[in-house]
Amino acid sequence: MTAFLRRRLILATSLFAALSLVISGCGSSDDSASGGNCDAYESYGNYEGVEVEIYSSIRSPEAEIYQESFTEFEECTGITINWNGTAEFEAQLPVRVEGGTAPDLAVFPQPGLLKAMVATGKMFPATDDVSAAADEYYGADWKAYGTVDGTFYAAPLGANVKSFVWYSPKTFADNGWSIPTTWAELLALSDTVAAGGKVQPWCVGFGSGDATGWVGTDWMEDLMLRVNDASTYDAWVNHTIPFNDAKVAAVLKEAGKILKNPKYVGNVPAIATTTFQEGGKGLVDGSCAMHRQASFIGGILAADYGATIVTPDDTTTEGGITTFYFPGVTADQRPALGGGEFVGSFSDRPEVASVQLYLTSPEWNNKKAALGGWFSANKGLDVANVADPVNKNAVEILKNATTFRFDGSDAMPAAVGAGSFWKEMTAWVAENKSDKAVLDSIEKSWPKS
Amino acid sequence: MARKLRKRDVEVVKTHLSSPWASFTAIVIATLWTIPTFGLFVTSFRPSTGINSSGWWTVFTNPEFTFTNYTRVLFEGRGATPPLSQYFLNTFAIVIPSTIIPITIAIFAAYAIAWFNFKGRNFLFFTIFALQVIPLQMSLIPLLQLFSGGLHIGSFTVIPSFGITGTFIPIWLAHTMFGLPLAIFLLHNFIAQLPRELIEAARVDGADHFKLFRQIILPLSVPAIASFAIFQFLWTWNDLLVALTFGGGKREIAPLMVRLAEMTGTRGGDWELLTAGAFVSILVPVAVFFALQRYFVRGLLAGSVKG
Repeated sequence: MTAFLRRRLILATSLFAALSLVISGCGSSDDSASGGNCDAYESYGNYEGVEVEIYSSIRSPEAEIYQESFTEFEECTGITINWNGTAEFEAQLPVRVEGGTAPDLAVFPQPGLLKAMVATGKMFPATDDVSAAADEYYGADWKAYGTVDGTFYAAPLGANVKSFVWYSPKTFADNGWSIPTTWAELLALSDTVAAGGKVQPWCVGFGSGDATGWVGTDWMEDLMLRVNDASTYDAWVNHTIPFNDAKVAAVLKEAGKILKNPKYVGNVPAIATTTFQEGGKGLVDGSCAMHRQASFIGGILAADYGATIVTPDDTTTEGGITTFYFPGVTADQRPALGGGEFVGSFSDRPEVASVQLYLTSPEWNNKKAALGGWFSANKGLDVANVADPVNKNAVEILKNATTFRFDGSDAMPAAVGAGSFWKEMTAWVAENKSDKAVLDSIEKSWPKS
Repeated sequence: MARKLRKRDVEVVKTHLSSPWASFTAIVIATLWTIPTFGLFVTSFRPSTGINSSGWWTVFTNPEFTFTNYTRVLFEGRGATPPLSQYFLNTFAIVIPSTIIPITIAIFAAYAIAWFNFKGRNFLFFTIFALQVIPLQMSLIPLLQLFSGGLHIGSFTVIPSFGITGTFIPIWLAHTMFGLPLAIFLLHNFIAQLPRELIEAARVDGADHFKLFRQIILPLSVPAIASFAIFQFLWTWNDLLVALTFGGGKREIAPLMVRLAEMTGTRGGDWELLTAGAFVSILVPVAVFFALQRYFVRGLLAGSVKG
């Protein structure tokens, strides 16, 4: 018995050793630097066998594209970049920071989390080099979002733009509709489409599981920048004006002109139960004309509903979809609503700063954009490198934007931005709740401090 | 008297449970509960365009099957992300020690608490028992701090930092810690019920504690050990939180569940892969369950009052 047990134990141990050998073997990668011109990377320094972890919510398949964009940098500087994407980023980052196993760099999808992480005292301000690069390549609005209490922490990475109306160029061409350039023209076009009787002017879907209603908050934010101005937008987000202020009510009234008009959207209460993915489906089969949604919806419509992303000139492709700019009240008012990621550092190691600096460089931004499906607000980004027509449009919008503002509900307290605002927007369409009742109950839910 | 009554109760329950109506109800419930899983199973063999356009039940009228989901999940890595088969190794490297370590400690502890006479024995046992109420989530951050930085009171180092973060060791230790209270409780209840005569006879024959433990306690406790081993195995296999937290987010040591959780893309694309991934990941637990089913039931009863 004992001998048997001991033999088994030995077997188990050796099996273990073998297993761990296999595992460690899989983990290591040979770093045989090869050819290529490394002159461009000289300023980032030369290292040997160091690794920088970038922790992020961006995962497969986008993560592989990031990894690919780092190859040359890795070979030339000797820094191995480990892109670590996880669905639990926002929950796990505080745990890792508190637990003392913070990543080197974290990609913040919204400024609120950055603020919270800076408050832990574990973050390092961006180096002077990174700060100078951010000044050079990004607009002041962007740099301000990476700044907490006057200290610049996180440099912008990718961007996304929400101020889009999706449409099918073919449907528009077949019916002789033209792209509106002002809010009044947009409403006039909606009337024209509705009068035609065959096509529903708008497709809207608010449904998104626990987050149902966020589409409605996006409408509000986009219109807030148009009906009012950027400073009112900031006051609204920071709650220096109440949520039921007359200026906010004016915005909701404008939104209601489309969202609560059965002639435009069909069955209004059904908006709440239509998922946001499904919302744009009608564009593909031509049952509706317009759909206001961020840049990412194109990928979903293409993958799940057989849409093709085309250029606005392509008026022949069946199921081809593209975007026009969600117009301002006047044609020369061009605010942009969107979002982006920011790279903040939890380490003062020089190689970490090198990676952070590289990510702000036009070289990397162009390289990454050329790999597809991505763009940033980097001023050095050449539009020619952005292949996708929608992203091209997005880069143009960002470049021409009179102001840029981040998704406002993300910056509001969670009780509102991820709670009552969503719920009340849903009730607004689903239960036909009045504008006043909606705004009053959101105002009431704002945490008092 | 009490014993007889209980026997009659058992008879009553038995006749009730084996009536045709009871069987019928059981079958209906089992079918209802299995339908979603079955739907998922069917879905995992459908092409992604089909999944997105129609429900799984349409396969009966319009059969359309493919192994694409499985081959993509199992053998296709994406860039730096290895295929799922790679994560199997990691899961085994986590699950096997995380099952063996707590059982080893628990069986010694259970024996000592059950058969050693020492002061504060009951208090110790109840303390361990009570530890079960501590939610795992509460201790995640303190434990992680302990692993990464050690324990310091002022400038005095109680436990140094071992530099084990990013290895399997913190995951093993965490699973061990969270598993121990229940393990000790279950094994104690089993070992304490071994016949006293047997142990006393061995003592009279000159067996010391080690011999007694090795030659009597251990062989007799195999059913209890096996049943707890199944529990612990299934828990650690299905665990996401502990591996995610104590793995430090390292891909080299991430188990199957961590990979499964991020299998869908950043915006929820490619979710058809999840269906195949889910079935791949339950293969081993299902095999273990069927192989050791009788111990499993006994494990559920372990610690409850014996008739």
